[in-house]
Formats: sequence, structure tokens, C-alpha cells
Amino acid sequence: MRIGVVTFPGSLDDTSALRAIRLAGGTPVPLFHASDDLKEVEAVVLPGGFSYGDYLRCGAISRFAPIMSSIIIAAEHGFPVLGICNGFQILCESHLLPGALTRNQGLHFVCTDQPLTVENNSTPWTSGYAKGDRLVIPIKNGEGSFQASAQTLAELESEGRVVLRYAVKNPNGSKNDIAGITNARGNVVGVMPHPEQAIESLTGPSEDGLKFFTSILQSMVGR
Amino acid sequence: MALDTVANAAAHPEVVQPWRELGLKEDEYARINEILGRRPTASELAMYSVMWSEHCSYKSSKVHLKQFGEKAPHSDALLVGIGENAGVVDIGQGYAVTFKIESHNHPSFVEPYQGAATGVGGIVRDILTMGARPIAVMDPLRFGPADAPDTHRVLPGIVAGVGGYGNCLGLPNIGGEVVFDATYAGNPLVNALCVGVMRHEDIKLATAHGTGNLVVLFGAKTGGDGIGGVSVLASETFASGKAAKRPSVQVGDPFAEKVLIECSLEIFAEDLVVGIQDLGGAGLSCATSELASAGSGGMSIQLEKVPLRDPSLSPEEILMSESQERMCAIIEPAKLARFMQICKKWDVTATVIGEVTEGTRLEITFNGELIVDVPPRTVAHDGPVYNRPIAKPAYLDSLTPTSLPAVDSADAIKSELLKLISSPNIADKSWVTDQYDRYVQGNSVLAQPEDSGMVRIDEKTNLGVAISTDANARWSYLDPYNGAKLALLESCRNIATTGAKPLAVTNCLNFGSPEDPGVMWQFAETVRGLADICLEMGLPVTGGNVSFYNQTGSVAILPTPVIGVLGVIQDVTTRTKMGIPAAGLQIFQLGNTADNFSGSEWAHLYGQMGDHAPTPDIAAEVRLINLLLEAQPLFESAHDLSDGGLAAALTEATLRNGVGATISLPGEYIPGGVAAALFSETPGRVLITVDPKNHEALATLATKYEVPMHELGITGGDSLVINEAVIPLTELRTAHTETLPRLFG
Repeated sequence: MRIGVVTFPGSLDDTSALRAIRLAGGTPVPLFHASDDLKEVEAVVLPGGFSYGDYLRCGAISRFAPIMSSIIIAAEHGFPVLGICNGFQILCESHLLPGALTRNQGLHFVCTDQPLTVENNSTPWTSGYAKGDRLVIPIKNGEGSFQASAQTLAELESEGRVVLRYAVKNPNGSKNDIAGITNARGNVVGVMPHPEQAIESLTGPSEDGLKFFTSILQSMVGR
Repeated sequence: MALDTVANAAAHPEVVQPWRELGLKEDEYARINEILGRRPTASELAMYSVMWSEHCSYKSSKVHLKQFGEKAPHSDALLVGIGENAGVVDIGQGYAVTFKIESHNHPSFVEPYQGAATGVGGIVRDILTMGARPIAVMDPLRFGPADAPDTHRVLPGIVAGVGGYGNCLGLPNIGGEVVFDATYAGNPLVNALCVGVMRHEDIKLATAHGTGNLVVLFGAKTGGDGIGGVSVLASETFASGKAAKRPSVQVGDPFAEKVLIECSLEIFAEDLVVGIQDLGGAGLSCATSELASAGSGGMSIQLEKVPLRDPSLSPEEILMSESQERMCAIIEPAKLARFMQICKKWDVTATVIGEVTEGTRLEITFNGELIVDVPPRTVAHDGPVYNRPIAKPAYLDSLTPTSLPAVDSADAIKSELLKLISSPNIADKSWVTDQYDRYVQGNSVLAQPEDSGMVRIDEKTNLGVAISTDANARWSYLDPYNGAKLALLESCRNIATTGAKPLAVTNCLNFGSPEDPGVMWQFAETVRGLADICLEMGLPVTGGNVSFYNQTGSVAILPTPVIGVLGVIQDVTTRTKMGIPAAGLQIFQLGNTADNFSGSEWAHLYGQMGDHAPTPDIAAEVRLINLLLEAQPLFESAHDLSDGGLAAALTEATLRNGVGATISLPGEYIPGGVAAALFSETPGRVLITVDPKNHEALATLATKYEVPMHELGITGGDSLVINEAVIPLTELRTAHTETLPRLFG
């Protein structure tokens, strides 16, 4: 099962995402921003980092990369896409997901082991979890505060499109404690926490993130 | 403004030059005239003045630092020693590791965010230049009193700058220190360490060989930032009509550096460079003169080819600019096309600015006119050397012993402990370290607040490295010779406590003015102590950095030698963590406690310095390290006892996983009673927890290594209980964690 990870200039967690896919049992495929070739992958991860140095706005420049034009078209036809942190920001800038990620309340970069609750296990990226599962996954960002209009928030909530919610403590002022959302179709998921950094207990706070990657592999087999 | 060419300099010896404003001494200027056989051109003067500065030439420290060579222990691990951008050691399995620590103190005082950010950027380029992929950073920081206005001015910016730059590079920040002391008010210390890894065959050196090979500048364009003293040349003397002086602190662009890292590593992987040097202090002056003098000597540069951000820069400014994120490579002409292709892939600007020549001179032209014609070695290496006056400072004769309260009741134990562990130096540092990404790259096995940072190098074999930085500046103040030794021993102990074997040493020596004989004595004693202990421990020094002039008026900072030790661990999955993992474990202290209150945090709380540093017992430390390494499989947790003594260690070990402990003190072995047991900072001690079934095996090993082992109590519960004092972990946690957020918001 081939799963792509896009490297933009300034991507940082691309190697960790590739490793996570490998440890989950998939075939990781590195993709480069400057090409529109998806190399026959069956799903794609937009990794964390500071693509284009977060200049202008986080994700605002990457959204125009050649690879994104292919991803946007594919995503509109149901192709599974997971955006992690900066990847989530790129998905919002691409209008594949609603809302925006803004500067953290408190204005600091925050790196911490964050308790989370799984709210939606019907996406191909979260199907391995049970609804209500409590996870601990690192967050590490300066602009992770999810903001959206009241109408958008109401839609996200009523349609069950909140995928992850911050538990115990909201670290950044996100509306409705939102840590991750999906599109109406459920194939595009954006999360601020870094599941690819919670794969091995040796190097992460838990192995709670692994199911994002086993879920997608399972979903593809079942299709 | 007329170009001051070599011909002009020869024809007009009478021109008065601003050598004094550039920081040169009269005899230094005379020496430059002597070397060149004429007065220097403005550009040459700029180059010599920066390269002969204390920062670049080590003119006050050289005579002392040579001890690191003279007393160097034999080491099979050392692949590249002092003198290159960073030393390189063999860690086995074909891997080589390079690491180095540097200071960026003065820029961080002037402009905290950019000063700290570019400090990280500079050390990372040093590591990259060796051919290595940078894999982690650490930042030992020191500030004035936590409640001082200037600390509030500099600390938030420095922390944000370290994070802002390092996070954007994708380098996990795995440790460091945050220390507060009155002497750092107005003199914050920002030291930055980076470690990188490569295969043996990929080591790169800063050398320009091969006539006809090309000099290529790549990375960011050159701007007017970081020009410093040279703006005197440009704006005051030679072009008085010009705009205001330029900013002397560099401005960092971590995105440009991240791209430069990936681009460089791809270039290295295809073996496209003969030699490489990063542009840091003294910019192109340093890079060209060092590359040329490490090669055959000849190099010609066409300065007008340097891509500029600001087209109004004068040649002297281009030579001096410390614009960040630039590298200089020596490339065979046949490999240029491929080199350029890779740069294009990463959108990195690359320009051929000159070539290696047959001669022995560094010749720089600007639009065809010769403005620099010097023997490169005289710029890079033949700077002045000073044997500055040394005198033991008078304060050492008026030190007084500590006089501290008795800790003889449950109430006293609890109140003194809470006071100590909530004091800024001992309090939890998450407010700082949560602003750093410790997870990126997915190989961080240990990060702060563990005893050392640890990174996995190889996913298949689980080979890893551990790094620790340490200094006890108050001990160095009381006794710089032993203070340096103690800092190194502590750093080694931190490494061994996590299960790694110490392998090599780097250092960042932060001191006051070298023109003060007392400071120079502190420095000389420190270097002597460090060279001696490295020889005694058999650890090579791979490089380091000296920062002088850290003082406000006549008040120098505490002598602060920050020692970094690198260790190797064959299997990172066996590492030992500092937190107590479970209830029902036995708690032991390895090593004996004496009443070492001088220089301790507890005495510092009472405004006391004391009168003597502990005397290091090197043989005992070595036995302890050997025990830690052999007995590691028997430990459930291990934590070094250092700042704040047993009180701080117990607090950190219990709070880490929220597992309490019940402790009985003192054993009859402790002179100084409960106060000493809890708060003395006697070196050579480690707190461990052990499953009772392993007690006997551990006792046997402790006997074998002659390491005293004292049973302190048992783990479990939700309180830290010391004799009759009961401190609920919730109360302990509040006291430990609320200090920094309360101070800094």
C-alpha cells in the first residue's frame, strides 16, 4: 500500500511521517512539492514543519505548489489526505477544510504531551480508534488556535466533523477545543497534534498516534 | 567615495586610517603595515581588524588554550581535532559525530530574539560544514536575577529566538540549562550547542586545494546586517555623507538555513565539494582567508560578483557583512553544473566569486581594481598573541564560610525544601523548554529535564548518543581550577546516569574582561583544570569557544565554563530515565554526602557564597561511572544529584511520573545532619530506584566498584515523605512548577 508524504521547502516532520507509514506496514513514498506527480500513491500525508518559513501566512505559499494542484483535484474526488500541523494549515489555505489556524493564545510556541479525545472514527484516518478514546500525542506549534465562524462551527459540530478535541486543557484557545476536523466527505482530515511523533514509546510520549497510519492502510484494503 | 585600491595605498601612505575605532592597537596596526610593506587598504584594514579581534583570533586565550593540545589524552575516537569548524569523533558502526558549543552573549544582550536565533544558526552551520546532518541542539542560558527588569527584557526574547530558529530548522532541542545570578544582569549568556552525524567517509574540511578550482558562495544574499565595528570605516571616515550606522546584530532567516541544510547535504552526498566553510563571524573575510590558508594559499575573488540584498554596500562592508545563512565551497569546474542544479532544486542562490590560484596571496578585486592583496595566513592565523597579566583576585582572601539554619523539625524540612525547589534556579523549566520542539526528527530518546539529552542514530542497531552541558559558576568563582574539573565530572556523571559512556568534550568559556588580571587568573586556572581533568579522564577536547568581556563596568560575571560531554550508548532502548516509574521500589543513594554548602543553591537562597569548592575525587567519580554503566540493567530510574542536592533530585524524580516516596534521613554517615543530607551539593552522587529482587546484585556490584550505597527509603504513595515531614505531590508540584510562569507570564 503506497502512501505519499509531501516535502515542501521547510517541511520538518516528513521523515517522521515516512517512518510512521513504514512502521504501520505501508510503503512510504516521498513526494516533492515542485512536481504534480502523485506517483500512484493511494493516500497522502502533508507533514508538519514551517513550509516556506510560514511567510505570509502558514501554508499560504505551499497551497500553490504544483503537487497541491494534483492533491486538491484528487481530494475533491475522495482521495484520502491527512494534514498534520503545517499540513492542516495548508489544507485550510487550500479550502479543502474550513476555518483557519491562528497564533496561539499566549503567543508562545507550545510543545507538550497533549491529552486528546477521539470524536469521529468514521474517517479513513481514524477508523482504528473508538469514539471517546483518550490519546496523548505531542503538539508543537505557534499557530494552532483553530478559529471559524459561528456558522462553520455549528456545521462542524452538527455534522460530527470534529475528529479530535483537546482534553483536560485547551492549549491554544482553539474554538470548541477543536484539535482536528474533516471535510463533509470524510476523506480529508487535518489535525494539529503530531500522530507521527507518537509511534514508538522510545521516542514519543505514547504509541497512540500509530492508528492514524494503520487505519488508512486498513481502510484502503477494505475498499 | 573613491575606491581605496592597493595602488592607492602604496601611493598615499599618508592617509590617516581609523584603526583605533576598529579596535586595533597601535602596535597591531604597525604590524599590519610591516606585513604588507605599505599601509593597508580600507578593505584590508577591515579584514585584519575583524580577524584579529578577540572573538576571531583568541589573542588573549591562545597561550592558555594550547594546553588542550599539550595535555591531550590519546584517543582512538578522535577523527578531527581542534582547529576545524568542529571536532569529529568515531562512535562506531561507521558513524562519526561532530558537536560544538558557542556563545552568542553580546548580540543577545543587544537584540535578544535575533541574537539568540543567530547563535543557533551559526553553530548549526559549523556542524553542517563538517559534512554532518545536524540532529539536535541544546542551549545553556544564564540571566540576571529572575525578578530584575533587564531579565524581563532579555529572557522572553532569547527563549523565543532559540525556539523560533531551532524549531523552524527541525532540530530537536533536547536540553540545556537556565540559571539566574546577579552577575549576569546586563550580561546574559546564550550558549548554543549542536550535534551532527555523518558516515566516516563524508567528513568535509575547510580547505581550498587545486589551482583552478572555483570558489562558490551559496545561500542567502549579502546584506548590511552584522557589520559591527566596520561601519566606522564605511560611514564615518570614508563616506561621511552616508546614512546612519548599520545594525551590528545579524538578522536570521531560519527558513533560508533549513533549505541550505537540505541543499548542502544533497551536495555532500554526491561528493561535489573539495572544501567548505560557513560564513559566520567576520563573514567573507574569515571564509576566504581561512579556506586559502588551509590550502596552498592562493585565491582570487571578484567581490562585485557577490549577490547583494543592498546594492549600496561598499567593498569593505561586503567583506565584513555577517549576513546569515551563507556558505562558501571550493568546487572542481567539472562538478559545477551538478552543484548548480542541486542549488536550483532548493531555490538556493549560488554564484562563482573566484578561484584557487597558483600563488600564495589572497587577491580581491572590485570591478577589476585590486583592493586586497595579502598573505591569507597573516589574516587568519598570524594575529597578535597576548600573554596578559595574571593575578589571583583579592576576593579569594575574604571569603567566609556559610552559616545556615538548622533543619531539625518536620516543619523546617518541609518549608526549606519548598523554598528551595520553588526558587528560580531549581524550579521547573517547562515555561522555557515547552517553547522548543523536542520531538522533531522522531529520534529524541531523552530530552530535558532528563539528566542528558539522548538521540537515536541508527534505527536498526539502536546506536545513540547522549549529550549533557554543565557548569557550576559559583564553584568556579570559589576555585576555578577545581570548578572546571567538577563541571566536567558532573557532565560525565549525567551521561553515565542515563546509560551512555562519556567519549569527548567541548566547552564554552564565558568570562569577564581579559584585561583584568583577576579575570585572566580565573581563565588560566579554568583552562588548566579542564586540560588536566580531560587528561585524567582520557577524554579528548574536540573544540570550544571563548567569550570574554562579559562584564558591566568593573563587575565581571561569575567565571562560567560550560562543559559539554558527548557519550555513546550501544542500545538506546536500555537508557535509564530519571523519574520513579512505580511504587514498591527501593531507593538508594550512590556516593557519600558531606557538608558542601559553599556555592550551593540552598546557600544562594540565603545570599551566601561560602568559602571553598568541593575537592573532586576523580578516582571515586570514575568508579561511580563504571558502576552506573555496568549496573544499568538493574536500575528502574537514576538521577544525578547536583544543583539543589537530594531535595531537588527527589522532587524531580517523584514529580516526573507522580509516584511518591518515603525517605528516612539522615543515615549516621552524614556529617551536617538532615540539612546536609537534603541540601548539600557534594559531587559524585546519584539517586537510584531498584526492584527489591535486584538489590543483592546491585550491592555486589557496588562493593566491586567500592561505591558507597545508602538505602534511603521506598517508592509509592502520593506524597514525598521525609522523616516526619509529609509533602503531598500536588503541593510539591505547585511549588515546583508555578515559579517561572508567575515571573514571565
